[in-house]
Amino acid sequence: MADKKYTFGLDTFGDLAFHDDGTQMNGDQTLQQVVKEAKLADDLGIDLIALGEHHRPEFAISSPEVVLGAMAAVTKNIKLGTAVTVLSSDDPVRVFERFSTLHGLSGGREQIMLGRGSFTESFPLYGYDLEKYNELFEEKIAMWDELLKHKPMNWNGKLTQKLTNTKIFPLLPKNETIDTVVGVGGSPESIVRAVYYDFPVMIAIIGGEPTRFRPYVDLYHRAVAEYKKTEHPLGMHSHGIILEDAEEAKEVGWKYIRAEMDRIGIDRGWAPMTRDRFEFEIDKGSYYVGTPEQVAQKLAKNMKALDMSRFDLVYGTGGQLQHEREETIRNYGEKVIPRVKELLGGE
Amino acid sequence: MRRPSATTAKRSSRGSRNCWEASKMAEPTIGIIGAGKLGSTLARIGTQRGLPILIGSRHSVADLKWIIDTMAPGAVTLSTPDVIKQADIIILAIPLSSYQDLDPKALAGKIVLDATNYWKEVDGTVNNISSLTESSSEVIQNYLADSLVAKAFNHMGYHDLEIEVDRHPDVRRAMAYATDHDEIRPTVEHVLSAFGFDPLDMGPLRFGLLLEPGSPLFGEAIPKVDFEDKIKHIYESDYGKKIVMARGSRIH
Repeated sequence: MADKKYTFGLDTFGDLAFHDDGTQMNGDQTLQQVVKEAKLADDLGIDLIALGEHHRPEFAISSPEVVLGAMAAVTKNIKLGTAVTVLSSDDPVRVFERFSTLHGLSGGREQIMLGRGSFTESFPLYGYDLEKYNELFEEKIAMWDELLKHKPMNWNGKLTQKLTNTKIFPLLPKNETIDTVVGVGGSPESIVRAVYYDFPVMIAIIGGEPTRFRPYVDLYHRAVAEYKKTEHPLGMHSHGIILEDAEEAKEVGWKYIRAEMDRIGIDRGWAPMTRDRFEFEIDKGSYYVGTPEQVAQKLAKNMKALDMSRFDLVYGTGGQLQHEREETIRNYGEKVIPRVKELLGGE
Repeated sequence: MRRPSATTAKRSSRGSRNCWEASKMAEPTIGIIGAGKLGSTLARIGTQRGLPILIGSRHSVADLKWIIDTMAPGAVTLSTPDVIKQADIIILAIPLSSYQDLDPKALAGKIVLDATNYWKEVDGTVNNISSLTESSSEVIQNYLADSLVAKAFNHMGYHDLEIEVDRHPDVRRAMAYATDHDEIRPTVEHVLSAFGFDPLDMGPLRFGLLLEPGSPLFGEAIPKVDFEDKIKHIYESDYGKKIVMARGSRIH
């Protein structure tokens, strides 16, 4: 395992950020801040930045590919991804066009993460029926798989358009593809489906002890054997704040992560987070909140336990002050990532 | 809220054919219908706690078996009809909107624990099934007219069934239930205990409405004493007020 290749990314939903004086940024300012942060991450050598798509007041990013296009112009090496693209409430053909455009603009640094979406605002917004939440995804991931085949499309779907011998532009260069992964939550079926299409899997682990997800990891490997597919590097994403002062990191987390979780919880039927649960998430659970060394130790331990090759840190949850966001990114790139690699003995 | 005594429940005239009784020695066989987030989690918890678990879903046994063998080693994968035939107690872990796929004849005389909720993501944007005047478990009881339905396992998030339970080994989390059949209360309580929870009797099935999405009780994984305290204040909540608006009174 000495030469295992690890990937470390940053994920954000474009939560409306705060200026250091405590006033909230508007959407425009947040978008510009996120682009600036992508450049910072690129300068630090972080492997990837991925944007989630939301259609709610607390998030500025509803059109990730536009933001990724702006990032492409100011960065050199960092991969530009989504986390996730809700394919079910989108048109796979248009999604393909947007990503093949990004492919051209970024020199092939794009990555799409497909997901059913844990937020559902996009469905009524774009005229899709939530009742078909699963069927829409089933059909569209099949269509996406077909779109990546470098052949004129012949498609006859139930919930999608009929295409006969149709080319989709811009064409991808020969032998190049749109890097595709699938983001999953707690549904066994989602993992199995991703493997069936031979896409790598990212698991959202946002609560509880990460080792709780061991059965899902085992299921991934089992599905690979069952369908005779390729073992791709497995990844997970979790929330975190990395500051020099552990207590400060904790308080920032309590102020912002908890508030965000409680806001989402209103729609999800989650009970409000208790301080006790919050402390548990930091000590033993899924929050990577603390000093660079604390976060690195915890991350190495969990990546090892779950056999993970990729980790994405969800940063800026609930907004946070500009300097807190940037400090997290800096600590992640300069200290945490090299330290985790050292602890795991890989690249 | 004044807790209704169990005697205010409608007396059931249904026979308890096939009905496992808590007084017997061996553990009842639990049949789970649905193998998604909730079904697979309950199967794992059940087998880890040494309960005989059967599970079936809309997938074929061949497609589901290796998934269950991985996610809940020890649980037995069968076709849904076989699960129903062979289990003493059935847990519904399917989308609420698929309840009419269930066969009322096959489920006649069985204890059925209804863990479903109306959930936008799976049941569609508009709820045409249940309302503040008829809870979803009452709809299911009406459909499964000859089954002994209890609402149970519905108010705790599937992740918290493991996280909050594992985190508090010394103080069990309350699992509330409601049913119109007094004769199954001991069995339901036995099953909830066997899964590692502290059973909390809400009374007749109509009180199950207090456990549904939107209620302050929904999503709670807390000790019984705290849960009971929340019940006391339920009508001070927006949800409680909505119930009174819709029904013209509290549930009684």
